[in-house]
Amino acid sequence: MHTVDRDLVSSRAPSARSRAPTTRGTLLGRYGELALAGATALVMLLAIGMAFFYAPTEAVQGNVQRIEYIHVPIAWTAFLAFFIVFVASALYLWRKDERWDWLARSGAEIGTIFTTLALITGSLWGRPVWGAWWAWDARMTTTLILWFIYVGYLLLRSYTGHSAAGARAAAVLGIVGFVDVPIDYLSVTWWRTLHPALQLPLGQQAQAPASVVVTLMVALAAFTLLFGYLLLLVYRLQRLQSEALRLRARAELDG
Amino acid sequence: MSSTRLFWEQTLAILWKDVRCELRTRQIWLAMGMFALLTLVVFNFAFDLRVDNQTAVAPGALWIAFVFASTLGLGRTMAAEQEQGAMDRLLLCPVDRKAIFAAKLLGNLVFIGAVEVVAVPVFAAIYNVPVVTFAALPILALGTLGIASLGTLFAAITANTRAREVLLPILVFPLLVPVVIGAVKATQGVIDPAGGEPPWLGLIAAFDVIFLSIAAVTFRYVIEE
Amino acid sequence: MSMALSSPLMADVGPSATARPLVVVSQLEKTFEIRPVLRQVSFALPAGETLALLGPNGAGKTTLLRVLATLVRPTAGEVWVAGLEATRDAHEIRRMIGYVGHQPGVYEDLTVRENLRFFARLYGLREGRALADELVERVGLRAKANERVRALSRGQTQRLALARGVMHDPTLLLLDEPDTGLDEEAGALLTALLRERAAAGKTTIFTTHQLARGLSLAGRALVLVGGRVVHDGLTQATSADQVRGLYRRETGRPV
Repeated sequence: MHTVDRDLVSSRAPSARSRAPTTRGTLLGRYGELALAGATALVMLLAIGMAFFYAPTEAVQGNVQRIEYIHVPIAWTAFLAFFIVFVASALYLWRKDERWDWLARSGAEIGTIFTTLALITGSLWGRPVWGAWWAWDARMTTTLILWFIYVGYLLLRSYTGHSAAGARAAAVLGIVGFVDVPIDYLSVTWWRTLHPALQLPLGQQAQAPASVVVTLMVALAAFTLLFGYLLLLVYRLQRLQSEALRLRARAELDG
Repeated sequence: MSSTRLFWEQTLAILWKDVRCELRTRQIWLAMGMFALLTLVVFNFAFDLRVDNQTAVAPGALWIAFVFASTLGLGRTMAAEQEQGAMDRLLLCPVDRKAIFAAKLLGNLVFIGAVEVVAVPVFAAIYNVPVVTFAALPILALGTLGIASLGTLFAAITANTRAREVLLPILVFPLLVPVVIGAVKATQGVIDPAGGEPPWLGLIAAFDVIFLSIAAVTFRYVIEE
Repeated sequence: MSMALSSPLMADVGPSATARPLVVVSQLEKTFEIRPVLRQVSFALPAGETLALLGPNGAGKTTLLRVLATLVRPTAGEVWVAGLEATRDAHEIRRMIGYVGHQPGVYEDLTVRENLRFFARLYGLREGRALADELVERVGLRAKANERVRALSRGQTQRLALARGVMHDPTLLLLDEPDTGLDEEAGALLTALLRERAAAGKTTIFTTHQLARGLSLAGRALVLVGGRVVHDGLTQATSADQVRGLYRRETGRPV
C-alpha cells in the first residue's frame, strides 16, 4: 500500500511547471519604456510643428489640407494595429501562450480608438472637400468596415470574459477579419469605379513638393511611435489584470 | 477504409444526423423561408420600386433577404450540439474536426438552398425580374457558399455566448461585404447585362476559396481546447 | 517514452504488473481559467486493470477522466495512453478509448438503433446495422430499439450510453459515475460488463460514490482529494472506511 506524502507534494512550488508565463519585467524594461515615451513626445512635437509651419499651404483646399497629416498616419496606424492583432492571434492559436492573447487584445483596443479617430478626421476633412459629412469613398468605406470588425472583436471579448475559449474565438476573428480587409477594399473600389464620386484627395503624393512628403513621413513616424508606446501600456495592463485574477483565485482557494 | 473515404463517411453521417434531428423537431427552416419572403415584400414598400430603378434595387432586396434569413438559421446546426453535453460526444470520437465543419457547412447549405429554391421564383414573380435563368445559378451557389462558410464558423464561435442571436450578425455582416457587393452586382448583370463590369463572380469565387480554407482550418480551435 | 520507463512511478505499480503500463500520467496539472482543478497528479496503470477513481465532489475525478478521454488539454504535465502522447496523438488515442460521461452522450431525437448506427459510422466500423442489433440485444433494449431516446427512462438511456461506449471494443474504457440513476437490471449489466472486460484483459477506469461496491469491482483504487492524489494502491488492501477517513482528513469535513 502506498499513500502519497502530502507535505512532500505541496512543498514544490505549484506554478513552477505550469505553462503560464512568469510575470517578471515589462516588454522593454523600464529605461526602454522611458526612451520610447521620450522619442514619441519629441517626434510628435516635431510633426506638429512641421505640419503647421513647414508644410506649404495647398493651392486648392487651403489650410484644411493640413488635416491630412493627422488623418493619414492615424489610418495607417489603425491598419498596422490590425496587422498586429492578426499576427498575435495566429501565434496564440499556434503556441497557446496567453501573452500573444494579451498582445492581440491590446492591439484591438488601441486599433479601435485609432480607427474611430481616422473616421472622424476623414469626415472632417471630407466636409469641405465633398460638401458632405460622408461620401462612400473607397478608403473611408473600408475603414468603416474595419471599425465594425474591431468593435465586433471587442464585443466578443466582452461577452466571453477571460476564458480561454473566448480568447481562441477572438483569435479566429482576428485572423478572418484581417484577411477580409483587402478583399473588402478591392470590392468597394470596384463598386466605386462605376460611380467615380468624391474621393479624399489623397493621391497627390506624386505631384506633391518634397516638404509635403517629408512632413507626412515625420507624422507617420510620430503616430507609429505613439502607437507602440500605447501598445506597451495596454499590454502591461492586460498582464496585470491576468495576474490579479490569478492571485485572487489562489487566495480564495488556499484561504 | 481509406482515410479520405472515412472522412466523407463521417461527414455524411453527421450531416444525416443533423438533418434528421432538425426535421424531427423545430422547423425553423420554415420560419426562415417566411422571413425571407416577407423581407422581399417589405422592401418593395420601403423602396417604392418602379420599372426604371428595379434593376438597381431588386437584386439588393434579394440578397439582403438571403443574408438576414441565413443568419437566423445558421445558429441551428450548432445549437443542436450545444444542448446537453456540448460537442463532447462528437469530439471524443476519432473524427477529423474538418469533417465536423464540412458536415455543419453542408447542413447549412442544404437548408439555405431550400429557402432559396422557394424565394428566387417568388422574387422573380413579384418584382417581375427575369432572374430564374441558368446564368443566375453560379451566382446563387457561390454567394450562398460564401455566406455559409463564414456563417458556420461564426455560429460555432457565438454558440456559447450570451447574446448569440445578435452577436452572430454583428460579427459576420462586415465580413460578408465583398460577397454582398459581388452577388448583387452579378445578379444585376444577369437581369440587365451591361458591359465593362469587373469580374464579380471571380471575386466571389476567390472569396469562397480563401474563407472556406481558413474556416476549415480554424474551426477546430473554436470547438475544442 | 524512456522517460516513463525510468520514472519512479514504476515502483508504485503493483506486483502484478509486468509489461509497460497502459496509462501513464505524469505531474498532470489542469487549471480552468484561474481555478486549479488537478495538481501534480501522477500514476501509472498497467493494462488489464480495473481502476476505481474515488474522491469527494469537486476532487477533480471528472476532469481527470476527461483529460484521459482527450477532451481536455493539460495545463502542464504529460499523459500517455498506450505509448501515445495525449496532445500530439489524440486522434489515434480516440480510436482505442471509450468514454461515458455524466451526460449520456446520445442524441435525444434519434432512435436507439439510429444512435448506434451513427456512432458506428463515426468509428469507421463496418456492418453498422448488424452491430447495432447486436448491441441492442446485449444491453437489453430490444423492446425500445426503434424508440427515440427522448422517450426512454434514465436507466435505459444509460444502457444505451454504455453500448455506445463499448461498441468499438476500446482498449481503455472510461466511465464517469456509471452507476448513478441505474435500475437494478442496468446495474447488473454494468457489473457484468466490468467483469467481462477484466477477464478479457481490457482496462477500465470508473468513478463512483458507492465506495464498497466500487472497491469490490476494481483491482486498484486511486483517491483524489482537492485535485491531488492521496492514495494509490490495490483494492485488496483498501477499505471503504479507510477511504472515507482520507476524505475527512484532507477536506477537514465529514463526507
